[in-house]
Amino acid sequence: MVAIPSRHKSLFLLIGVVVLQILFLAIQIRRDSQGRLIRVWTVGAVTPFERVGASGVGGIRGVWNHYFALQNAARDNERLTRENADLKLQLNELQNKADEADRLAKLLDFRQNHKTVPMLAARVIAASADSATQTLYLDRGEHDGIRRNMGVITPDGVVGKISETYPNTSQVLLLTDRDSGVGAMLVESHIQSPVGGAGEPLLSMKYVANDDTVAIGEHVVTSGMDRIFPRDLPVGTVAQIKDGNPFKQIRLKPAANLESLEDVIVLLSVQPLDLTKSENKDTKNSGAPIAEAKPVAEAKKEPQSKSKTAKP
Amino acid sequence: MNDTYELRMGEAHIEVHKFRGGSIVMATIIAVFLQTAIPVHFPKFALLDLPLLLTIYFGLSRRNPSTGLLLGMTIGLLQDSLSGPTVPIGLYGIAKTIIGYLASSIGARLDTEHPIARFALTVIFFGVHQGIVILTRRLLLAQPEPWFTMHLAIGAAVNAIVGVFLFMLLDRLRKN
Repeated sequence: MVAIPSRHKSLFLLIGVVVLQILFLAIQIRRDSQGRLIRVWTVGAVTPFERVGASGVGGIRGVWNHYFALQNAARDNERLTRENADLKLQLNELQNKADEADRLAKLLDFRQNHKTVPMLAARVIAASADSATQTLYLDRGEHDGIRRNMGVITPDGVVGKISETYPNTSQVLLLTDRDSGVGAMLVESHIQSPVGGAGEPLLSMKYVANDDTVAIGEHVVTSGMDRIFPRDLPVGTVAQIKDGNPFKQIRLKPAANLESLEDVIVLLSVQPLDLTKSENKDTKNSGAPIAEAKPVAEAKKEPQSKSKTAKP
Repeated sequence: MNDTYELRMGEAHIEVHKFRGGSIVMATIIAVFLQTAIPVHFPKFALLDLPLLLTIYFGLSRRNPSTGLLLGMTIGLLQDSLSGPTVPIGLYGIAKTIIGYLASSIGARLDTEHPIARFALTVIFFGVHQGIVILTRRLLLAQPEPWFTMHLAIGAAVNAIVGVFLFMLLDRLRKN
């Protein structure tokens, strides 16, 4: 047996530990990414503190904002009064338009249909421990009926999907993560293409041919083709367009404010969506799940409805 | 037992510091907790890598490569466990193991108490850490990552500045 000189012991230890971790890494890469026990243990041990921390920080911020940080209150009040007046004018204009009245009526139908959809409100309690991945932890988990691949939204739009679940906690992969993706569609042209993250605030829309016409500011909604999100949920707005080879390079501003999420809604359904049924469904059917509800935007465009799928 | 003793490397006298009982464990838990809790309210905080700063600090102070690399491994694996699903367990573990070893080895040879030395070492270790992470991603995970971005440069500077002050704070945990 060859004795290891004591001055080299730490170097051998370093090599041993790194090799072990590399082997461990290799084992994980081969496996399907099911929940790992060490993650379950660590998340289970840390999240109680995150809950307390989230409540504590929220409380401190509340006290600070309501009792101390009032130096801008008068200015904010003036600004809000002006904004309120502008909004009232806009509201009056909208109410005078007949087609807007029609849109509001359909919106009401849509919202009524949403009432029957199994949804769960959840609070964001922590973020990813590294800056390379875009994930959040919610205060609801398997015990609340949350499962992997369920969609997560806010009233503003799509947030992401559940990537891991734990007994009382779950992890959301945000739309901005570079491994994230959602089936999407441009509202005006009905061009369908996946939208994914790029690890930065803007999203990326792939596979839109250079010949297709896309305008800055055009809205992008879910297409329902990913079988996670129902159709017509807002995804984002076109912010940048460049010609690429062979597809356009389109960047989107997310509809939901993904940088300051506090409360989200989890769609408690991973059932495949019946799109055919959705197309023909009576919007007044109150028992319809969200995926089958006839969306407002779709209903509005029905006479010119045609769908064009981009070729990847 | 002496809590602080000296390594004699030629003519240089370098102190090896010990810390109050449980302070390393508590500091690690607090760092990992803050790393996950604060970005929820202040997303820019994610630019900081508190677990890395702790690995560097305790490595430089303890000056024992074996304990340095084991502490780095533990902190790295904790960070892996709380990261996103695309981060396999071991990615940050490997990087911080090596940083823990390097910091301890350098700490045993140089006087690293001066703020300028700490600033420079933190910038270097941040770069090495990111290099190891990117290398691991490229070689083992087949994830193409750019070697250098402005985000990384800003991250190195911010971490080094915060590190200088954090290290002064952590100095208070030392036994006199």
